[in-house]
Amino acid sequence: MTLLVLEDLHKHFGETRAVDGVSLAIRHQELVSLVGPNGAGKTTLVNLVSGLLLPDRGRILFREADVTRLPVPHRVRAGIARSFQIVHLFEYLTALDNVRVALFARDGKIRTATALAERDEAVREEAMAILDQFGLAPKWDLPAASLAQGERKLLDVAVAYALRPHLILLDEPTSGVGTREKGRIMDTVAGVCREGGLAAVIVEHDMDVVFTYSDRIVVMHEGRILADGPPQQIREDERVATTLLGR
Amino acid sequence: MTRSTAPTEALPHEGVVRRLQLSWPLLVVATILVALPAIPQVPPFQRILLTHGLIMGIAALGFNLLLGYTGLLSFGHSAFFGTAAYTAAFLVKYLHLGSMEAFLVAGIAASGLVAIVFGTVCVRYTRIFFAILALALSQVLWGLAIKLFWITGGTDGIRVPTPTLLFGLMGVPEDKLTFLATTYYYYVLAVFALAVAAVGVVVHSPFGKAVQAIRDDEVRAEFVGVPVRTYRWVAFVLSGVFTGLAGALWAPLNGHVTPDVLYWPFSGRIVFMAVLGGFRSFVGPLVGAVVFTYLEAYAVGYAVYWQAVLGVVLIGLVLAMPTGLVGAGAWLAARFRRG
Repeated sequence: MTLLVLEDLHKHFGETRAVDGVSLAIRHQELVSLVGPNGAGKTTLVNLVSGLLLPDRGRILFREADVTRLPVPHRVRAGIARSFQIVHLFEYLTALDNVRVALFARDGKIRTATALAERDEAVREEAMAILDQFGLAPKWDLPAASLAQGERKLLDVAVAYALRPHLILLDEPTSGVGTREKGRIMDTVAGVCREGGLAAVIVEHDMDVVFTYSDRIVVMHEGRILADGPPQQIREDERVATTLLGR
Repeated sequence: MTRSTAPTEALPHEGVVRRLQLSWPLLVVATILVALPAIPQVPPFQRILLTHGLIMGIAALGFNLLLGYTGLLSFGHSAFFGTAAYTAAFLVKYLHLGSMEAFLVAGIAASGLVAIVFGTVCVRYTRIFFAILALALSQVLWGLAIKLFWITGGTDGIRVPTPTLLFGLMGVPEDKLTFLATTYYYYVLAVFALAVAAVGVVVHSPFGKAVQAIRDDEVRAEFVGVPVRTYRWVAFVLSGVFTGLAGALWAPLNGHVTPDVLYWPFSGRIVFMAVLGGFRSFVGPLVGAVVFTYLEAYAVGYAVYWQAVLGVVLIGLVLAMPTGLVGAGAWLAARFRRG
């Protein structure tokens, strides 16, 4: 069954056709990598699906409902979550509170102003369990600002994951960290997604990472989809080799 | 690192330690405040000055709900303080009501109403635009207080006599000095304790965490499903109400309400108090308000241009101690402990 359907999406910025007629379907529990050279329209596509931008034309169907023009908080409630290329965290809040805010919001508990957040044992336990899944449990009481870059990237994904979405959009989850750490981050992220049974769209530049972790790879070029298929097929695609791998 | 033990084991222990650390200074301060009128060495004037400090503490605490916790700097909080103070004065002048509880209820209602209207306009913006808009709106009220002199008494203001407390249960007002320095002191202290506890719960509640999330990263807050603008508005109204509560308490203490409490420099004083004490901590604005009250009371006696002294203090603060007195104190304490 398909989870997300994009129908002929267009987004232009003046003369630039950032997304120029993209049609795509994502199935449940699928890990899809979105690759392509700089300016191919990957991040724009993620922004259209997550609601940061509205398309000029086309439709977005999520779980068979039209979400094309739905405001961000409604999309979040429908089950679309995202992380950011440049991490967006609640810097002065602890790692625990970063996750806890997401849980309170998800459960409709943020309206509570007359009870201490600390007293909610269920939320505390769930938040700690999520931090543990991402290997961040030992750092639970540190402010997000004082975490290392790799940990910040993981916390960014953890906050999105805490919303228990059906689809998680990860915009370069390994950008800005060392080569050795990339593997560790992707092991964690891919593991959590598979365990939680959620679909993921991952924007990524590192082709080793892409070939290792994806069920399917979508290659974009100049706002359009150039190729779409399992890693083996993409690896052998001549056009992909010339535009992307520069062979 | 002792903190990185397994989370489930560490939590109860951590909680107990944290509570103990917090309650020691709290207990000492509370004891001193309660015992103060029994100490003959402290003259009544000092207690009246402290009452002033406590009232401004409530105002600064309410203000900081917006600056420190929601990330919005308001230069218009005189509006809420002044509205509540004038409401108390109007109750006396036009309804001949002299009940402190009526002052509080009506003051909170009126400042809440003003905050609802101002908030609706202001939270559409952030940063400097928000600050200036809040300032501009507050100046409309100041203008009205001066121009509508047949209602407000203009620059002469309105006299507010000593009210009855708890419907007369706290005794008939004695001579004014004894009343303000003892009975009213305790009344303000009780309201102060309640207000601090209430704001304390709010900032540590799920709602409080959500507004701090907005302060830190509004884009992310939206992407976890926090209704950003609505929550800013709620924080604005709560902030205005607490500052209003302070205004209602202040009116009978000062005995006289003039347009000065609606004028923008008064908003500036509230900002100054929060920055002086440290807006990044919960108790910062409280400490800032009390210290500011004493600074003002004594600097006036020593220097004609005491406002220039305050200006220098402010520049020094921003450059050398951006975390305020409380932040600097915590830093010193940490250094001292390490040896």
